Amino acid sequence: MQVLLKGVRVLNPEQKLDQKSDILIEDGIIKEIGLIETEKYQSAKVLELEDKICVPGLYDMHVHLREPGREDEETVVTGSNSAAAGGFTGVACMPNTNPTIDTAEVVRFIAEKSEKHLVEVNPIGAVTNRRKGESLAPMLELADAGVVGFSDDGDVVKTSALLRSALEYSQMIGAPIIEHCEDGSMAGGAMNESKISTQLGLPSIPTVAEDIIVIRGILLAEYTGGKFHVAHVSSKRSVELIREAKQRGVNVTAEVTPHHFTLSDENIKSFNTNLKMNPPLREQKDVEAMVEALQDGTIDCIASDHAPHAIEEKEMEFIYAPNGIIGLETQLGLALTELYHTGKLTLQQIVEKLSINPRKVLGLPVPKISEGEKANLTIIDPELEWEVDVNKFKSKSKNSPFNKKKLKGASVAVINKSKMFYNDEFINI
Amino acid sequence: MALSSNHLLGLQGVSKEDIQLILDTATTFREVLERPIKKVPTLQGKTILNLFYENSTRTRLSFELAEKRLSADTINFSKAGSSAAKGESFKDTVRNIESMKVDMIIVRHESAGVPKYLTQISDANIINAGDGRHEHPTQALLDMYSIRERLGGIEGLKVCIVGDISHSRVALSNIYGLQAMGASVSVCGPSTMIPWEIESLGVKVYNNIDKAIAEHDVLNVLRIQLERDAGVLIPSVREYHNYFGITAERINKNNPNVLIMHPGPINRGVELSSEVADGPFQIILNQVTNGVAVRMAVLYLLGTKPEA
Ligand SMILES: [Zn+2]
Repeated sequence: MQVLLKGVRVLNPEQKLDQKSDILIEDGIIKEIGLIETEKYQSAKVLELEDKICVPGLYDMHVHLREPGREDEETVVTGSNSAAAGGFTGVACMPNTNPTIDTAEVVRFIAEKSEKHLVEVNPIGAVTNRRKGESLAPMLELADAGVVGFSDDGDVVKTSALLRSALEYSQMIGAPIIEHCEDGSMAGGAMNESKISTQLGLPSIPTVAEDIIVIRGILLAEYTGGKFHVAHVSSKRSVELIREAKQRGVNVTAEVTPHHFTLSDENIKSFNTNLKMNPPLREQKDVEAMVEALQDGTIDCIASDHAPHAIEEKEMEFIYAPNGIIGLETQLGLALTELYHTGKLTLQQIVEKLSINPRKVLGLPVPKISEGEKANLTIIDPELEWEVDVNKFKSKSKNSPFNKKKLKGASVAVINKSKMFYNDEFINI
Repeated sequence: MALSSNHLLGLQGVSKEDIQLILDTATTFREVLERPIKKVPTLQGKTILNLFYENSTRTRLSFELAEKRLSADTINFSKAGSSAAKGESFKDTVRNIESMKVDMIIVRHESAGVPKYLTQISDANIINAGDGRHEHPTQALLDMYSIRERLGGIEGLKVCIVGDISHSRVALSNIYGLQAMGASVSVCGPSTMIPWEIESLGVKVYNNIDKAIAEHDVLNVLRIQLERDAGVLIPSVREYHNYFGITAERINKNNPNVLIMHPGPINRGVELSSEVADGPFQIILNQVTNGVAVRMAVLYLLGTKPEA
């Protein structure tokens, strides 16, 4: 089948590409780029894409797909549907499933589930067996089975000795150690420690609990030469530490979630459990530090930390409600609304943080928009105004604090693996 | 006169007028409590649910007595710990009981925010009887009532809350209420028991108990949780008593006119010496009696409030 993208702005900073073109895709391969006459391809499906932007398919390097274990909250397929609807052609899924992604068998199980889907699902393996922080998971075997990074996400790697081993061992693979940065002995609170937690009487988590683990990882990465990636950074001090480390040439990268660059802990005065996540929403000064760090490149990636939870689990007393919110279907809209339309980031930077850099961190090839390449594309309408409606989400869960929020900018279509998601349906192309 | 809210979730943001109305109404009920027949028919036909997710014999008894004195029908529900762990969710429990037509809910819960959450899932008037470390407004109201009764007024007074401020629900309500009434409020305790950035609430912090006694008209002394705090927030109970415990000697040396209050139950020999707990400086048992009158006032004002 042929698909003809007409009049689209083709943007790929990695190829230094920014031009208006037509693109012909045949059987999932980019056949032709340039001025293409529609009449020549009578049978092609034609998409008129004036004022739309075609970029290398977006990639979310931090999602929780809940399968195996909590298929009532999300599955590999529903999470992938959610990713496609949000504009993503690839995701990396975290290993805090049941069973944990710590054997090749679980990696293959996920691969089977996602095989026929448009969205590429790359599992992250656990650093330690069952994420218990006692012994290293079989990292070489996991990498052979398809794992692209390692993390005990949900928990920190329990001891410095194990993290050191992981940072050394993973160098044989080239994959990063992705750390959920939170000192376990200071964990367990329900919100950030600030004057707001004092006012609300909620048990709190201080930013220094994050900073300590960030600096531990940086020092160990520096010492071992390993690849250290900070998941969902949220503290001002942490980004300062990462910035300094990068200047020294340490192999450290970082991601931030949309909620940490848009919301502060002031919002928790509502006691809305959809504002409870870990790391917690921080103070306004931290929110501003996230934006600055995105601007100067200290933060490489934007990732959702998509964390589905059943309604009955979130409809709970605040201290008992589980951490986490879903984000795949609001992430691009939030990035465009809060960062691009406000003039804080350019479109090129948005594409780097949502497509190019996450793949580089995980050692995955960045899709090229060139003739002869497989079409792995996201088409964005940066001006489209829409209102978030959790009832329309493809995700199985609805735990988003952004319901009813008005956003500007969305994905119009995604193309990958000879499939296209367009007009709310998947078609083979 | 009527209260400006249908609920009493806390004292943050509650006006001086509303607090004054509650305290004045409590004075009337305080007189009722001195009569041979201590019952009035004011809330006849109203059903009140005492929803206690955390043990609190004193607060529950005080509310129950206030409800009975006002002739309300009461039902009690107590359950400790997480609702999730016990099978039925909090929301389901509330919806279930509420379908029995409940007019008011008195709620005690270990999570902050539960009273506010209740206003979203129930049509009843909600009264917070303590939520996590957040607020315990009726305790603060009875503290203020007792201060006013003893000292004639609140405005201009210097009040210090002493003890584990971080884990207290009484402290915040007292801070908000006393400030609204024109008092200045301080806290005193070991640094580990002072909440983060408490100064942002306009509160002065003391780490020296002698200085705190000397510079205040009233000390509201909180209970130290022996099991939880020793070794973690403070080295030992003994060290706490030696450096923060209130003794007759300290009072006589620094400020013999200081008024001592305590929300109970007291750890004698820890935060208060027995001499102080039973001595002339304190009004601890008046607080308990006043608690019933203040809770009657709150129930009355919310239960008879004309529909908006
Ligand atoms: Zn995490």
